[in-house]
Amino acid sequence: MLFFEGTPFEINRVILIRFLVVALIVLVFWLGTRRMKMIPGRGQSILEFILGFVQSNIVEGNLGKKDGARFLPVITAIFITVLGMNITGIIPGINLTGTSVIGLPLVLALVAYVTFIYAGVKKSGAGFFKTALFPSGVPVGLYIIVTPIEFLSTFILRPVTLALRLLMNMIAGHMLLVLCFSATQFFFFSAGGLYALFGVGTLAFGFIFTIFEILVAVLQAYVFAFLTAAYIQLALAEDH
Amino acid sequence: MLSAILAAAAEVEAEATPNPLLPEPYDIIWSAVCFAIILFVFWKKFLPAVKKTLDARSEAIEGGIKKAEIAQAEAAAALAQYKDQLAEGRAEAAKIRDQARADGTKILTELKEQAAVEAARITTNAQATIEAERQGALISLRAEVGSLAIDLASGVIGQSLSDDKRASTLVDQFLAELETDDKAKAGK
Repeated sequence: MLFFEGTPFEINRVILIRFLVVALIVLVFWLGTRRMKMIPGRGQSILEFILGFVQSNIVEGNLGKKDGARFLPVITAIFITVLGMNITGIIPGINLTGTSVIGLPLVLALVAYVTFIYAGVKKSGAGFFKTALFPSGVPVGLYIIVTPIEFLSTFILRPVTLALRLLMNMIAGHMLLVLCFSATQFFFFSAGGLYALFGVGTLAFGFIFTIFEILVAVLQAYVFAFLTAAYIQLALAEDH
Repeated sequence: MLSAILAAAAEVEAEATPNPLLPEPYDIIWSAVCFAIILFVFWKKFLPAVKKTLDARSEAIEGGIKKAEIAQAEAAAALAQYKDQLAEGRAEAAKIRDQARADGTKILTELKEQAAVEAARITTNAQATIEAERQGALISLRAEVGSLAIDLASGVIGQSLSDDKRASTLVDQFLAELETDDKAKAGK
């Protein structure tokens, strides 16, 4: 499963899955938006629903129409990427999410990080850092405590939590599925006898967690995109 | 011995497992490539395409509404125009009718007047004719009666009274006597 082993361009299974997801996303949206009609068909309606959800709920809900239009592409790309990469965790034959290795969550978190700092700097220049680090309405003496906290939370914890939340959710989900299905395998074929009854239970749990993973995949994509939009909104706000 | 094994193990570990906090470069690189591709296609292709369609659709809907409004306005205008024309036509008809009635009345009056004038003229003429004829009859009768009487008298007295002057004096005398007799008779 490995190409270019030992070089910085090494390709393993996760990377292959990511390539596959990228190819699928591009293909689906290319086919879906190639010949768009005024009166949408079924497929076009679904794509429009997804993109419309991102646009109205996540982007414009946080940023409003004007700023929303500026940051719509990056937030949509984040949402679609996370969703696509997450959903592979429950697809038979792949069974591994593209986001279950730190690289992609980290890259996405960095994109979000750079985007919201860019938004803030573009809006108010160096004043962005001033309002972020020295919030108004705080007694001057307290800045000794407040400023390090603000720095930590805004400029370090935000990207770290973005990346780790996604990564850990995906790893945990993967672990749960692996656990459930390997236990089922064990109870059915290795232990045998009455233990097969346990196997029924673990299989049921595996099924439930598969459903649950769909929810988590969508939810994490939503959370990631929503937080990105929220951070941009906070950076754009004059005073926070 | 033990330390040698540990050292070897540590060496192998150091080679095999890099710092767990630092992600593999290839992981980051390929992730970045993946995201860059997705960002690019959404930014440059898919979202503009979707936006274009949505704009076109909302425009079509608004255009449809506007078209309907225009059609309705046109219909209302046509109806108003039709009503106007109808009222105009009615007014015109009424006017024509009134005119005709007035004309009729006028013609009738004129005819009546003409008839009256004609009748008066005819009556006058008739009276004049009658009068003239009466006069003529009177004169001719007088002359006739005179000559008859003289012829008669001359026959009776055998003498010609053809001398006009004498004859007419005689006749006048006779007639005057007749009239006097008549008057006397009438007076009785």
